[in-house]
Amino acid sequence: MNPYNYLYVSGLLFTIGAVGVVVRRNAIVVFMCVELMLNAANLTLVTFSRINGTLDGQVVAFFTMVVAACEVVVGLAIIVTIYRSRRSASIDDASLLKR
Amino acid sequence: MNALTSMMLLPLLGSLLIAVIPNDQVLRIKQAALGTTLLIAISGVMAWFKFDAGNTSLQFVQISQWIPSFGINYAVGVDGLALVLILMSVLLAPIVVLAGWNESEGGRWSVKVFYILILVLETMMIGVFAATDIFLFYVFFEAMLIPVYFLIGGFGSGERAAAAVKFLLYSLFGGLLMLASIIGLYVIAGKHGGHTFDVGQLSELHKFMSPTTQNLLFLGFFIAFAIKAPVWPLHTWLPDAAAAATPGTSVLLLGVLDKVGTFGMIRFCLALFPDASKTFTPIILVLAVISIVYGAFLAIGARDIKRLIAYTSISHFGFITMGIFAMTSQGHSGATLYMFNHGFSTAALFLVAGWMISRRGSSTISDFGGLQRVTPVMAWSFFIAGMSSLALPGLSSFVSEFLVLVGTYTRYPVAAVIATFGIVLAALYILIPVQKALHGPTTPGNENLTDLNLREKIAIAPVIAVIVALGFYPAPLLNVINPASAHVIASQGFTDPVPSESAGK
Amino acid sequence: MTTSTSLVYLIALPLLGATVLLLAGRRSDKWGHLLATALSASSFGVGLYQLSQMLARPTEERAVTQKLFSWINVGTFNVDAGLLLDQLSICFVLLITGVGTLIHIYSISYMSHDENRRRFFAYLNLFIAAMLLLVLGDSYLNLYVGWEGVGLASYLLIGFWNQKPAYATASKKAFVMNRVGDMGLSFAIMIAFATLGTVSFSGVEEASHTASKAALTAIGIMLLVAATGKSAQFPLQAWLGDAMAGPTPVSALIHAATMVTAGVYLIVRSNFIFDAAPTAQLLVVIVGAITLTFGALVGTAKDDIKKALAASTMSQIGYMILGAGLGPAGYAFAIMHLLTHGFFKAGMFLGAGSVMHGMNDQVDMRRYGALRKFMPITFATFGLGYLAIIGVPPFAGFYSKDAIIETAFNAGGVKGILLGSTALLGAAITAFYMTRVMVLTFTSKQRWEDNQHPHESPLLMWAPMAILAVGSVTTGFLFTRGDALVHWLSPVVGEHAEGENLLLQPIVVSGLALLAVAIGVAIAIMKYQLSEVDAIAPHDVSVFTRIARKDLLQDSFNEAVFMRPGQALTSLLVKGDQNVVDGAVRGIGRTALGAGSVLRKTQTGFARSYAALILIGAIVLIAGIWVVTQ
Repeated sequence: MNPYNYLYVSGLLFTIGAVGVVVRRNAIVVFMCVELMLNAANLTLVTFSRINGTLDGQVVAFFTMVVAACEVVVGLAIIVTIYRSRRSASIDDASLLKR
Repeated sequence: MNALTSMMLLPLLGSLLIAVIPNDQVLRIKQAALGTTLLIAISGVMAWFKFDAGNTSLQFVQISQWIPSFGINYAVGVDGLALVLILMSVLLAPIVVLAGWNESEGGRWSVKVFYILILVLETMMIGVFAATDIFLFYVFFEAMLIPVYFLIGGFGSGERAAAAVKFLLYSLFGGLLMLASIIGLYVIAGKHGGHTFDVGQLSELHKFMSPTTQNLLFLGFFIAFAIKAPVWPLHTWLPDAAAAATPGTSVLLLGVLDKVGTFGMIRFCLALFPDASKTFTPIILVLAVISIVYGAFLAIGARDIKRLIAYTSISHFGFITMGIFAMTSQGHSGATLYMFNHGFSTAALFLVAGWMISRRGSSTISDFGGLQRVTPVMAWSFFIAGMSSLALPGLSSFVSEFLVLVGTYTRYPVAAVIATFGIVLAALYILIPVQKALHGPTTPGNENLTDLNLREKIAIAPVIAVIVALGFYPAPLLNVINPASAHVIASQGFTDPVPSESAGK
Repeated sequence: MTTSTSLVYLIALPLLGATVLLLAGRRSDKWGHLLATALSASSFGVGLYQLSQMLARPTEERAVTQKLFSWINVGTFNVDAGLLLDQLSICFVLLITGVGTLIHIYSISYMSHDENRRRFFAYLNLFIAAMLLLVLGDSYLNLYVGWEGVGLASYLLIGFWNQKPAYATASKKAFVMNRVGDMGLSFAIMIAFATLGTVSFSGVEEASHTASKAALTAIGIMLLVAATGKSAQFPLQAWLGDAMAGPTPVSALIHAATMVTAGVYLIVRSNFIFDAAPTAQLLVVIVGAITLTFGALVGTAKDDIKKALAASTMSQIGYMILGAGLGPAGYAFAIMHLLTHGFFKAGMFLGAGSVMHGMNDQVDMRRYGALRKFMPITFATFGLGYLAIIGVPPFAGFYSKDAIIETAFNAGGVKGILLGSTALLGAAITAFYMTRVMVLTFTSKQRWEDNQHPHESPLLMWAPMAILAVGSVTTGFLFTRGDALVHWLSPVVGEHAEGENLLLQPIVVSGLALLAVAIGVAIAIMKYQLSEVDAIAPHDVSVFTRIARKDLLQDSFNEAVFMRPGQALTSLLVKGDQNVVDGAVRGIGRTALGAGSVLRKTQTGFARSYAALILIGAIVLIAGIWVVTQ
């Protein structure tokens, strides 16, 4: 199969993720969209690894997964804490920075 | 150990000592601070006697590697000019500590912090005059701002926070311009014989610079020093800072820190960029003359006694700047001597003004009245300090002011003539506060002021003694200053103008 | 030149007195005045010793010098702390210490009720020391130290009772106006150094032979400015009247006998400059002529006895300056008039002090009258001084003033006639206003309230007056006998060849002068002795009187031309500094704040908008890279 098709899928996934981050308010959904973008990046890395015949891309993909896992742990914890204190998971409600 | 390095280490040791004294032992802390500053003053005087006045090269030199990869050294050494200023700084420090015995109380932080800041500042003061590595100089130049910032902001009065910030921002602005110039020099040095920050080697570089480069680098230095000095129109931080700071801090600020500006003009502007200095001399002289007259007029119009003293200093710094750029041996020696004398006469004015203010609880001149009858010793001290400020012959400032005027006249008569009008204005700006505060009937609120106590008398006596002694016999200082000045003039390629119609012709 | 090791004691003794009294403070209240008087007297003793030494030497070796130490030494600017005592300065030394000591003695009694008498004596000693330095310095810069030193002492003494605001203002005014003159001296020294390369008298004299006229004229004019400041000459005369705020002995010593004559000393000392710079010399005589008339006119309208005498001092110094401006012919006469004036004017001031002492410090002459009976000694001594100043032979003023008038007439051409007539007119006015003072105070009808009890002053006060009165009678005769003073001074100021074609013979001038004096005296006697005088100054007087009472509008002029514009400029600059210079600085701060508050709006706090911005940014960046690499 043409390996470039994977890249198209990856681009599609990334776009869906990015649009999701920008337009959705729910923190959990935004979070999932971020994961989607990360995975799109992973797919790209693996694809290029395949195209170039080297393992570098796959190694980086592993790193990304580890980072993503850590991020999930921390991020979910924060979201849960915010939800507990504010009874809301909307990220627009947590706009404290502007003040 | 090197005399300069040990003088710089002593205050740091003293501040460590103070740091371990418990906070509640206020008297101990003060005694430790006084003891340390006295010790440094003694070592300064000893260095003075060891100095060989006839030798124009740097003395007490120490060079150790600091950051070798950038060619940065810990390099110190003094010539006559730097030695005079260091001597002035270390002599003023114990006087400031003793005179402002109670200034440290009632600040935002503890007494301990005050004296640690003062001592750290003293290290910086010595370092900034002693440094012969331009990077080291820059570090001291900027680091000096930190203790002063906290001294004004933490222990001052009135709008102390605003004044401290204004002071800091002004100085940082100048400092950053200077940093840009220093980096420029470093890069140029790299192209011609290797990276270095050594002033001696850098002063050879001007041969390789285009006029534009030299002018730009010169301006970077000069603006920094003009802010420090302060030269009109970069002066507005000074009255605010001086009015907000404690009197002791003001003495160090005006007496010592501002001298870094005029010192830097000689040591760096002239030495590093002789051609640019010549290019800018007319403009600088104009600014200096404006400073003289402008500062005097503002002093006449001042209502607050501390601001008044600050404005007189602007006028005096105009004289110093004029003397430096007149490029005659009289002007140059006069300017250097002026730096020393201004330190003492301003110290006397500020300290006495500080005592007056702390007794009266106000710094507005018109709140005082008839002090001569209530507090004769205090009034006399203020009067003598004022006479020194208006350069009365027989007091130290006269010698320096007259040398500056004579020296300037031989080369730039117009500047000297306008500046001479400053001596009439000086009479006004001193005699107006003298009349309002010391003379006249004793006004309500002043009847019960107490005269100077023994500690205050001991603090002011040496200052007045120096003012009077140097007025009659300035030779000890001039003997050290003259060779250094002559060296600068000669290395700039100037010779004194020959009398236009001397008898020998 | 002969050197000496004892000149310094002349200055050191009174300086020691001032230092001791000021440092010891109240502890020396009991004996301070005695110490000061003793030191002043011993300085006089040293002066007499120096005179005897000087007389023992041949004429050309009479001047002695003493180098104390090297004072300022930078490059070619070398000034030693050196003293020079020659025939000219010894006159001044003896006048200063002699009259000074008498005034010390007088003050012991005059100031005995003042709690700050010690301080007064400290200032007096300080003045003596500074004045001696002025006349003994061997260079213009050393003279300058004394010059400003006497200014300081004068400031302190005028403001001795500075608890009265008007007195404090008077002292400040004197100092500031003197500083304007001092500026002239500064300029003179600067020009001398820049053009001649030296500031010592001997050096400048040597250089003056070869120097250009332009340089010497510039120096001369600046020296004249200095002289006008210190000697209260036109246009810097306005401070002298106010200076009468000081205690009367001060007016006698400083503002009559010694300090105000320093300008004359300066011009005579710089004779080599003025002789070579005719323009400067012409200005000197013009200033002298204007001032002698100015002072005399002001004197006619003053009711305050001290101010009348002050105006008279101004006028008499005008005579001296006029004499000094006449060149070698006039120098000696200027000095002679200075010395005789030192005696009679000091004596009259002390007399005025004695009158005030007896009249509860009343100074308004319209409140005096008929004091002759109550104060016979004061009347006698004052009267002798009066006869001397108006120039009645054989009193001192006759010899000295006559000589100046005569020299003025013989200055040649229109200039001589103008100057001579002015001097003659001045003599007539002098006779008028001095007679007025005399009559109003001593011989007219009593105009004081009955609760006043005028009485003669004690011995310590009248003895000095008596001695000065003797001086007023004899000095003129002594100085002119065989042209003693002229010959004595000629090594310093140069010989003057007697002119062949005199415009007026001396006897004619004397006759004219006496006629002028007689007219002045006659008018005054008619107006004040033979008719009633109001005890309160009348208001319905002529415009001229009104202007004269206001010192010919000198203060109004200074206020309108210098003071008010200066104040306006000051407040303009103060506002400008706050709003323009500092305003620019604060403007930068405000701009930074404003820019921040605008940019702050982009920080909404919505995480999604940040994310969108990051996205857009990334896309722009990638697009940019793509475009560039294509």
